[in-house]
Amino acid sequence: MPATLLLFWAFAGLAVVSAALCITRRNPIASALWLVVTMFQIAALFVLLDAQFIAVLQVLVYAGAIMVLFLFVIMLLNLGRGGASDMRGPAGLAVATLLAGALGVQLFIVARSTPPGPSLPVTSPLAAAEQVEGMVGVVANPLFTTYLVPFEITSILLLAAIVGAVVLAKRQL
Amino acid sequence: MLLGPALAVSAVLFALGVAGVLVRRNAIVIFMCVELMLNAVNLTFIALAQTLGVAGQIFVFFVMAVAAAEAAVGLAIILAMFRHGRTVNLQNITLLKG
Repeated sequence: MPATLLLFWAFAGLAVVSAALCITRRNPIASALWLVVTMFQIAALFVLLDAQFIAVLQVLVYAGAIMVLFLFVIMLLNLGRGGASDMRGPAGLAVATLLAGALGVQLFIVARSTPPGPSLPVTSPLAAAEQVEGMVGVVANPLFTTYLVPFEITSILLLAAIVGAVVLAKRQL
Repeated sequence: MLLGPALAVSAVLFALGVAGVLVRRNAIVIFMCVELMLNAVNLTFIALAQTLGVAGQIFVFFVMAVAAAEAAVGLAIILAMFRHGRTVNLQNITLLKG
């Protein structure tokens, strides 16, 4: 277990550092690339938390598809030159730091407190299920039985997003 | 178990995303910070799914689908805004100002 914990903190530290770099870089392209690094670290955390299939999806969908879309739009609008900083002034910076710090402390306290109700099981039932059903099967079986209706509704959502994106990006209707 | 550390890390990542939204003025960077917040919440779901069953992982699947749809539509809106005013700086977008 100590090796797992060590790996966890290594990836978590890298994720936090690259997220901080992402929100402070002046150039939007540098920002997007640091966000890609953050997403890779979060995928590694998913693997350590017994979610290998979701980790692969994270790399394919977030780092592979969504961030490419972001980079594509940044380059299409020719924003990669840097130019003047778009950070707020000292007053805005102080207010933002204060608000985000307060939120972070609150979330930290909530995460550290013991939840109400029955205590969580100490062993991980997910790892045992993955041994029996396989990494993909453990997600796929409930997805196509218990959660079939939400899964089908997702296709309607994606269709609406396709139509919306085409309509919005069209020059004239 | 990694539940406690994972929740703490996801709290820090979410706060960093909020800080980015509050600090930056570039619409695309703000949008990327929203994606960072979604990722932090996904980490919470995965950490709780390890002890409470696989439903959390399935919810992350749906969050990813919604995030993909949101990115496509949001970037199309930013593109339309840029075509209208030649800027993505939120200070210069004042269409609703009387």
